[in-house]
Amino acid sequence: MGVKLLLEKAHVEGIRTFEVYRREGGYRGVEKVFKTMSPDAVVEEVKKSGLRGRGGAGFPAGMKWSFIAKPEGVPRHLVCNADESEPGTFKDRYLMENLPHLLIEGLIISSFALGSNATYIYIRGEYAWIPDILEHAIAEAKANGFLGKNILGSGFDLEIYVQRGAGAYICGEETALIESLEGKRGNPRIKPPFPAIKGVWERPTVVNNVETLAAVVPIINMGGDEYAKIGVGKSTGTKLISACGNINKPGVYEIDMTISVEDFIYSDEYCGGIANGKRLKACIPGGSSVPILPANLLFKTAKGETRYMNYESLSDGGFATGSMMGSGGFIVLDEDQSVVRNTYTLARFYRHESCGQCSPCREGTGWMEKLLKRLLEGKGKISDIDLLWDIQRKIEGNTICPLGDAAAWPVAAAIRHFRDEFEWYVNNPVESQTRNYGLAHYADEREVIA
Amino acid sequence: MIRFSEDKMVKVQEIIARYPEGKQKSALLPLLHLAQDTFGGWLDVPVMDYVAELLQIDPIEVYEVATFYSMYNLKPVGKYMFEVCQTGPCMLNGADNIVAYITEKLGIKSGETTADGLFTLKTVECLGACGYAPMMQLGKHYREHLTKEKVDAIIEECRNNAAKNN
Repeated sequence: MGVKLLLEKAHVEGIRTFEVYRREGGYRGVEKVFKTMSPDAVVEEVKKSGLRGRGGAGFPAGMKWSFIAKPEGVPRHLVCNADESEPGTFKDRYLMENLPHLLIEGLIISSFALGSNATYIYIRGEYAWIPDILEHAIAEAKANGFLGKNILGSGFDLEIYVQRGAGAYICGEETALIESLEGKRGNPRIKPPFPAIKGVWERPTVVNNVETLAAVVPIINMGGDEYAKIGVGKSTGTKLISACGNINKPGVYEIDMTISVEDFIYSDEYCGGIANGKRLKACIPGGSSVPILPANLLFKTAKGETRYMNYESLSDGGFATGSMMGSGGFIVLDEDQSVVRNTYTLARFYRHESCGQCSPCREGTGWMEKLLKRLLEGKGKISDIDLLWDIQRKIEGNTICPLGDAAAWPVAAAIRHFRDEFEWYVNNPVESQTRNYGLAHYADEREVIA
Repeated sequence: MIRFSEDKMVKVQEIIARYPEGKQKSALLPLLHLAQDTFGGWLDVPVMDYVAELLQIDPIEVYEVATFYSMYNLKPVGKYMFEVCQTGPCMLNGADNIVAYITEKLGIKSGETTADGLFTLKTVECLGACGYAPMMQLGKHYREHLTKEKVDAIIEECRNNAAKNN
């Protein structure tokens, strides 16, 4: 049983309420901070913890906080990014639904550290029932003196507001989120200036993911150094993984990043193996935008070393033979699944979600979707596969924001590792309409676990 | 005459007050949600113009936002909108079959509304419920782990509710 820092109390009866959360030790972190620490000391503690952004990019959170500008007389803001929209990712929803006070506590501590007196939770619009849960928790915290004016007699004031988005994946990108929070289309901004200098309403702003901000609570409670001892290398602390696809036990799991990918998939504590007794074909380990890995590169790196569920190990081998931790959206494909079909649905997703500002992304995502659809319909040509490769290369790195990269990487990895499957669609236009690509030749390359 | 009730206007003022003075445009997304919920489930041009008036911004600023976000309906929709997720993880768990079944049951394709105005089917991209696939959004809530039987029950439930409310 791995260490649990975030979800330890998730199944306590009534933990959504202030009373129970408090009884279980909640808001101790806020008390500690307001009574014994300065804002800079809180930032230092988060730096020491080695906490990396849990939204996908993995940028050190403490370092991000330290960049915030502090011009005299200009308000600063913290914005919680709850626009969870990366296919495969549903961990923040779980946190907000089940442990709203953990997030609120994290927000209070983080707001104090950053000097934000008005903090905003930007939540994806489709999670329409969750704002009520959060607003109830906010009201409870306020009624108990943990929010509002002069919190715990510290002289620090804080209000937290919840804002619903309206259906746009791009608003998970921090500058698009800021634009949306200002009541505009979610078009990413050119950086620099970075939000820490000029963010929402041109004020210094930090945007952090839900899980990142919730993790601040155990960091303060146990100390940054202790937190950093959990995990391995630069993958400190715990990480929430949302596991889905063809597994026996889809759900949200907290791991300490020392577990192997194989154990994560097959142990009963986590995914419980592949559903319906089937074999494993592939996995997208960090949300839809990270490279898909075939089974033979999933449990072992190209160097033959065990692959673990952490930032470094998952990316071992770069994009040639590795992938990324990303958001922790763990999508498992069994032997019956078509990588081409899966890639098509993701290409369609990125085409739909492209904001349209940059030509390579706006046009390229549409072309990729059309080419993949043509292949699936049995009307593709071998040259389409090369064209797909060419298009994704021309998108990657040529856009204002990372959505272009996110759209390119799944296509690139699918072709890199499963080119034979793409070719099969071209060479078997009739058969491909009634069944997915056969997998016989994969069976020899991997250990089939009973 | 498109106007929010007094109760709704209190809510409008409360929303606007969340933002710094002079930055009331930030209230646009929440107000569009409120307007859509209040005025028949979609955003007609006069509704958008009214929101622009409330926020003291140009109507074009509202149109450009309303056309950007997928949750704002720019034409009338059925009383019950089945928004079925069709992205990767849901597809892996049979979302295509669910869409096909709803199409068969209701005689509508994605983007269409039944003749009685009761149901609209819309295929949507990832709703963040990948572990509970296949799924759909119905109103403010998610319906997850869908099967044909569950779809039947949901359709029945909607029909019963509609009959009760008429």
